[in-house]
Amino acid sequence: MDIVAWIIIIVLVVILLFLMLSYNRFIVLKNRIDNAWAQIDVQLKRRYDLIPNLIETVKGYAKHEKKVFTEVTAARTAMMSATTLGDKAKANNKLSETLKSLFAVAENYPKLRANENFMMLQEELSGTESKIAYARQAYNDDVLSYNNSIQMFPGSIVAGMFAFAKKDFFNTDEAERAPVKVKFD
Amino acid sequence: MNAFDEAAINKWKSYLLIFLFAAIIIFLGYIFGLIYGQGNSDIIIFFMVIAFIIAVIMALVSYYLGDKAALSISGAYEANRKDHAHYINCVEGLAIAAQMPVPKIYVIPDQAINAFATGRNPKLASIAVTEGALKKLNRTELEGVVAHEMSHIKNYDMRLMTMVVILVGLIALLSDFFLRGLIFGGGRNREGGEGNVIFLLIGIVLAILAPIIAQLIQLVVSRKREYAADATGAVLSRNPEALANALKKIKKDDLETKHANKATAHMYFSNPLKAGFWNNMFSTHPPIDERIKRLEAM
Repeated sequence: MDIVAWIIIIVLVVILLFLMLSYNRFIVLKNRIDNAWAQIDVQLKRRYDLIPNLIETVKGYAKHEKKVFTEVTAARTAMMSATTLGDKAKANNKLSETLKSLFAVAENYPKLRANENFMMLQEELSGTESKIAYARQAYNDDVLSYNNSIQMFPGSIVAGMFAFAKKDFFNTDEAERAPVKVKFD
Repeated sequence: MNAFDEAAINKWKSYLLIFLFAAIIIFLGYIFGLIYGQGNSDIIIFFMVIAFIIAVIMALVSYYLGDKAALSISGAYEANRKDHAHYINCVEGLAIAAQMPVPKIYVIPDQAINAFATGRNPKLASIAVTEGALKKLNRTELEGVVAHEMSHIKNYDMRLMTMVVILVGLIALLSDFFLRGLIFGGGRNREGGEGNVIFLLIGIVLAILAPIIAQLIQLVVSRKREYAADATGAVLSRNPEALANALKKIKKDDLETKHANKATAHMYFSNPLKAGFWNNMFSTHPPIDERIKRLEAM
């Protein structure tokens, strides 16, 4: 065989290797996103499960605050029926808001605030709230690195060939925690 | 740069360090060999192998049992959901942010504000915070401290420090062998003449200096890891200010962590030992003001 044939073979092997490595990298990043999404779902479910208990406890002390109960319940149901990413993000925000007003109402009932069960539920809910925020942060970080890698040249060619699509961020209307600039030395 | 990159850089730095230490060790061995062996390299190789085996055994023991020892020295007990719900929630939240398994969660019965993390990999990690920290820090400050500790776990700092300790121990042992050898067996090669005296002097100076230099390198590495954990912690919690505030509270509080000693000091969130010329020079932690300054600049 002459030298031209060898060059062609080498170039083909390099291209094939590049295809393989890029493809596998996209799969890894994509799976990471799925995993991060599962984490968000776990926390959303946890909050969903805590709410009836909370409403029962608050009702025991503040029976006539009906408006806030219906709002929370409605937001909870909306959360459950949301399927797409955008809907879930929206329902999640709505639920966070109504819970905030529920806790604001609870402020007016000193006996309720001193109730041990209520205090525990309040801690669990705010803990879950911050876990949702952290899970969302991890999810968005993963989406960012996936989107970057499928859009940057020359990986973008491989992404196009195998139809790797851009993923959406889990956005919220509430004030985002300010992103930080970090320097390492 | 994100926390993932930081962990990768950490790995590269540990390779570089091993290279540096290996160079020191080979140089030491060479000089000692010149003085003792008189061209007979078997003896020096024998001593180096013995020193290496001892250092590795010591380090492996600390690698595998170190976390339990550290927890028991600090008197830590396991946190429970009833008394420490906000602390547990905070650790679980940051584990989600770091995409790591939730470490075991401990409380140290001490009124100073401090914390440490231990364990050789994220699956076997533990995190411990003092009662003082749980009482005096607010939620976001506690998150900052926990984020810092999670970063140590995520960046595999335990593994890096263990490797450094092996190499420092090896250098100390070699120097020790050399100096003892001089006392007990130095009489054999008297006929060497002036050249040998100079080598002998160089050998003695090296044997005394090398362990100190190795120790100082270890401290530099330890301080670098603290800055890195502050930075990674800021990436995790997205709130460098909270961590800076926690450090300010520690500074104002100025209590010595009673359950720490020289052996476990390097593991803590802030230096548990009182400041003083000697403790600062040989400190495992960077100055608190410098850490606050860097965090506030992020």
